[in-house]
Amino acid sequence: MIEFQLDTASGVATYLQLVQQVRHALQLGILEPGDRLPTAQQVVAKLAINPNTVLKAYRDLEREGLVRPRPGQGTFVVGTLPRSDPAVQERFLASMTAWLRKARAAGLGPDDVEAIYRTAVRDSFAEGVA
Amino acid sequence: MTAVIETHDLGKQYGRKWALRNCTMSIPEGKVTGLVGPNGAGKTTLLSLAVGLLTPTCGSITVLGGHPGDGPAQLGKVGFIAQDTPAYAGLSVGKHLLMGAYLNANWDHELARSRIDRLGLDPRQKAGTLSGGQRAQLALTMAIAKQPDLLLLDEPVASLDPLARREFLQGLMETVAGRGGSVVLSSHLISDLERVCDYLVLIVASHVQLAGDVAGLLATHHRLSGPRRDPRSLPSGQQVIEQSHTDKQSTFLVRTDRPILDPAWTARPVTLDELVLAYLGQAQNPSPGRRPVLGVVS
Repeated sequence: MIEFQLDTASGVATYLQLVQQVRHALQLGILEPGDRLPTAQQVVAKLAINPNTVLKAYRDLEREGLVRPRPGQGTFVVGTLPRSDPAVQERFLASMTAWLRKARAAGLGPDDVEAIYRTAVRDSFAEGVA
Repeated sequence: MTAVIETHDLGKQYGRKWALRNCTMSIPEGKVTGLVGPNGAGKTTLLSLAVGLLTPTCGSITVLGGHPGDGPAQLGKVGFIAQDTPAYAGLSVGKHLLMGAYLNANWDHELARSRIDRLGLDPRQKAGTLSGGQRAQLALTMAIAKQPDLLLLDEPVASLDPLARREFLQGLMETVAGRGGSVVLSSHLISDLERVCDYLVLIVASHVQLAGDVAGLLATHHRLSGPRRDPRSLPSGQQVIEQSHTDKQSTFLVRTDRPILDPAWTARPVTLDELVLAYLGQAQNPSPGRRPVLGVVS
């Protein structure tokens, strides 16, 4: 069983934080197929959030094929997420480092880089938010 | 969508003063609705009218399809926790539950008892000696044990310390998760409601300034900042809720169903708090035209 945490200052929608925490736990192997997620009642009793928020997060995870509700028993993990390959991570770290050196040589500071990074992440990973 | 509370041109007058006037709104079923507005907006009056503690001066109000306070059946369907969660100071906690059992047809005594147990309250203790947080929990227990379809709470956490506030909302949300039903809670502090509400009604001077599904409201409002520019030059689908300008920069809070495409803008999501403040500001400085004139500095 995992325990959810909320970061109220992050600006990330609450249901999305729950989804991300389940995905993360799957990536790290903390959650495996057959594991039960906490019930909506257990989550709201701890976090004082609206139960529909929990149900919405679980529906999203279900749509991704990661969990499935079993009536009367709870919501169970049925899918897995591949752990990111360390070799792939290393390759991207190398190209990012090369990119950052070029940015620095061009006179950009950490703030400029962060602004560019944030825009690029938003454009590349935008999740259908109208 | 079925409404749990529906009002039409509802008004309540005290002497020459209107506490609520021309109020038309609809609160959907199965939601936790936050009724938000500044002090004096008419929140308490509206809730008292919904319970039947007050009768309207004009207009109409329907609650769960019936008239507020219209007989035992209607009264049994609605639970109400008044401002500052009052209890009978001279009665013990146990006597409160006994009174609940006598006065309510659907009273769940087991639920009430186990909840008092879990909270660690002594049934022999007089309600007048409880802490604010404990008294609020007693009031919530009474309201839940009566098993209403609709639970109305008037500023339930306003006078509680942060921990008691959290515990109260946890108890409330646990109940909603367990047995469903609709909840309406009023507050002048949006931060209390941000996590628990999935529907928001913002009421300013009796008028509904904003109403909608919280997730939908957050997804359709954006804070844009960029080089100074005339709001009239924004795409027609973007409604300006709030704006501020320096000689070089403009910042807007806009409502739009479409994505923000203009690369000149830095767009970021808004919090519910920002959103409410922007609409309150709009209510206080209503502009005749939707697009106020602005001299553009080139």
